[in-house]
Amino acid sequence: MADQGMNGAQVVLKALVDQGVTVIFGYPGGAVLPLYDELFKQNQIRHILVRHEQAAVHAAEGYARSTGKVGVVLVTSGPGATNAVTGLLDALCDSVPLVCLTGQVPTHLIGNDAFQEADTTGITRPCTKHNYLVKDGAKLAGVLHEAFYVAAHGRPGPVVIDLPKDILVGPAPYVAPSRSGPKSYRPQMEAEPAGVAAAAALIATAKRPLFYIGGGVVNSGPVACAALTALIRRTGIPCTQTLMGLGAFPGSDPLSIGMVGMHGTFEANWAMHDCDVMICVGARFDDRVTGRLNAFAPNSKKVHIDIDPSSINKNVAVDIPLVGDVGTVVAALTKQWQAKSYQLDQAALADWWARIRTWRAKDCLHFSQSGQVIKPQYAIERLYQLTKDRDTYITTEVGQHQMWAAQFYKFEQPNRWMTSGGLGTMGYGLPAAMGVQIAHPDALVIDIAGEASIQMNIQELSTLGQYRLPVKLFILNNQYMGMVRQWQELMHGGRYSESYSDSLPDFVKLADAYGAVGLKVDKLDDLDSAITEMISVPRAVIVDCRVDAKENCFPMIPSGAAHNEMLLGPGDEAEQPMSDDGMVLV
Amino acid sequence: MPESAVKTHTIAVLVDDEAGVLARVIGLFSGRGYNIESLTVAQVDRQQKLSRITIVTSGTLMVIEQIKAQLARLVPVHKVADLTTLGPSVARELALIKVVGTGDRRVEALRIADIFRARAVDSTNESFVFEIVGATDKLDAFIGLMEPLGLADVSRTGVVAIARGPNPL
Repeated sequence: MADQGMNGAQVVLKALVDQGVTVIFGYPGGAVLPLYDELFKQNQIRHILVRHEQAAVHAAEGYARSTGKVGVVLVTSGPGATNAVTGLLDALCDSVPLVCLTGQVPTHLIGNDAFQEADTTGITRPCTKHNYLVKDGAKLAGVLHEAFYVAAHGRPGPVVIDLPKDILVGPAPYVAPSRSGPKSYRPQMEAEPAGVAAAAALIATAKRPLFYIGGGVVNSGPVACAALTALIRRTGIPCTQTLMGLGAFPGSDPLSIGMVGMHGTFEANWAMHDCDVMICVGARFDDRVTGRLNAFAPNSKKVHIDIDPSSINKNVAVDIPLVGDVGTVVAALTKQWQAKSYQLDQAALADWWARIRTWRAKDCLHFSQSGQVIKPQYAIERLYQLTKDRDTYITTEVGQHQMWAAQFYKFEQPNRWMTSGGLGTMGYGLPAAMGVQIAHPDALVIDIAGEASIQMNIQELSTLGQYRLPVKLFILNNQYMGMVRQWQELMHGGRYSESYSDSLPDFVKLADAYGAVGLKVDKLDDLDSAITEMISVPRAVIVDCRVDAKENCFPMIPSGAAHNEMLLGPGDEAEQPMSDDGMVLV
Repeated sequence: MPESAVKTHTIAVLVDDEAGVLARVIGLFSGRGYNIESLTVAQVDRQQKLSRITIVTSGTLMVIEQIKAQLARLVPVHKVADLTTLGPSVARELALIKVVGTGDRRVEALRIADIFRARAVDSTNESFVFEIVGATDKLDAFIGLMEPLGLADVSRTGVVAIARGPNPL
């Protein structure tokens, strides 16, 4: 393609190719027809046609999070852009790098309430890391390259480029990508050496140290995960992970004490409460993690490693902030630890582990499986056992099944676990699984779903059919919006207002209708064979796994409670009524 | 001072002069529930196309730090400076104030304007428009004194501020 005589649409495509893009997820419409015309004429970029724009964004998120690359979305103006908004905010909350191209009415019509016009940059401003409206063809190529830089550098996030149709049709010069981003955006990658030295010295004095690690470690990349894993193993410090951080440290390592937070393990939450030095790496002291703030880890000194300065001291004041990329900072910390030949007080560490073992002995994830009614936890446990030795990626929807998946599925590597953490978007898992499967065609990709969430983007079964994506939908069907029902049971006197999943489709017939394979299992004895069959069928499969409808997700820190007020199970409920402050929290 | 004390801060922000940048800053404040007591913006560097926003806001130390960090991570933001903590600074505001009245009240208004070094920039037989420049509390005081003398209309620029001494932002 010659650089001269290109139109805007050609420039967009060339910029995408030069940025290394091979797949985009999208849905056509009037304002983006010039782009679709150029897509038609080339074969370097594959376009995946979704059935709803929200799904295009989630698919790009799944693609991005399972590969570490920037995911790319293409939607039309007006409703195309507004449908994408949920996905964009989801990506912002979970720091997923995306570039979303939105069509726009021609520049001379902007502001005239034209057909399919929306103020896309206005609407998406608080839902994106940054956005652009291109009103000058001369700036188009530069904006595209800059968007990829901004999406991927610093704390990753979604970037929207709004493209008026006349810009796509009109002439535009092409410029090649430059290595540097905008002058005003230069994220700090390396922490101050003095801070690193102080952090290492503080950790060396710890008697009850704890690593609390999150999605930022995964975002920093596999090398960062390996470096952090090595440091944790070198020091023998216990490690808890956030929902987003699962897989950043091997879940089956004895130093892992499981997930922290509202539905995290008893040992992780008590360790958070009782630790004396907390090393937070790539996590953000989210309210799901901290519980009641004024009772959060009251006797601890805190080190916080984060690439985003605005994460420091946002919810919790920390003693030593280290702003920088996790990989770089952990390497510096490790170097300092070795250079000073630091050693933890081994007797104190042994005592600390002894305490953790007593918490562990509570066996907080215990459940009683008896009879033929399948417990949801048991279903996940079997799914884990039967898929853990394969090349498996897990996505989830949002709710009880998501928490059970987080509790019972252990991840040994990063980028294998895709879930909507910050925004909690029901309907995330199926399209995200599509994106993962596109990136990893030979892998086993499973969406652990609930029967309510799955219906929020169920139309994507059609996309699975079109591209022959063998995604597995493993539905824990309890006929309730389970987490809503659980909260209603625990906090609203068991008045199950609108949380029953009435008039459910027959998922087996639904699978059939979309050209997928449907399996229904409602007896314990049939569970393993259903999972095995799901794995072996080389097509999309829906497993309608009927589980105990009344099971609740424990352990649980009730809203407004502290880590050491965690409920272990139904027996604990009566003793600890919810505080008034807690009632207003979500 | 306890960390929970709410204090007023004047923050200077150097931004790219492009469409939407003010909306980003204002959206940040409204979306995250921060106060804006005053906000001014104008281009200050034509060649590099930079504008300077001066924001007067209030909050606890933690909130002010958060505001600065949130501003700094906006892509078109080049620099964020907290003039309140940086050292001594000069802060000024300009107001145009319309006072309507006749007789003694009119004479008194002129006399006070003289004391405050306010200039009459428009005059009719029954009104003045005064222009006054100064710190916010000086303007407040002047406006307060004009109230019984026929204060009819006020237009204020909001605060602009700059650090004392030779160093630029």
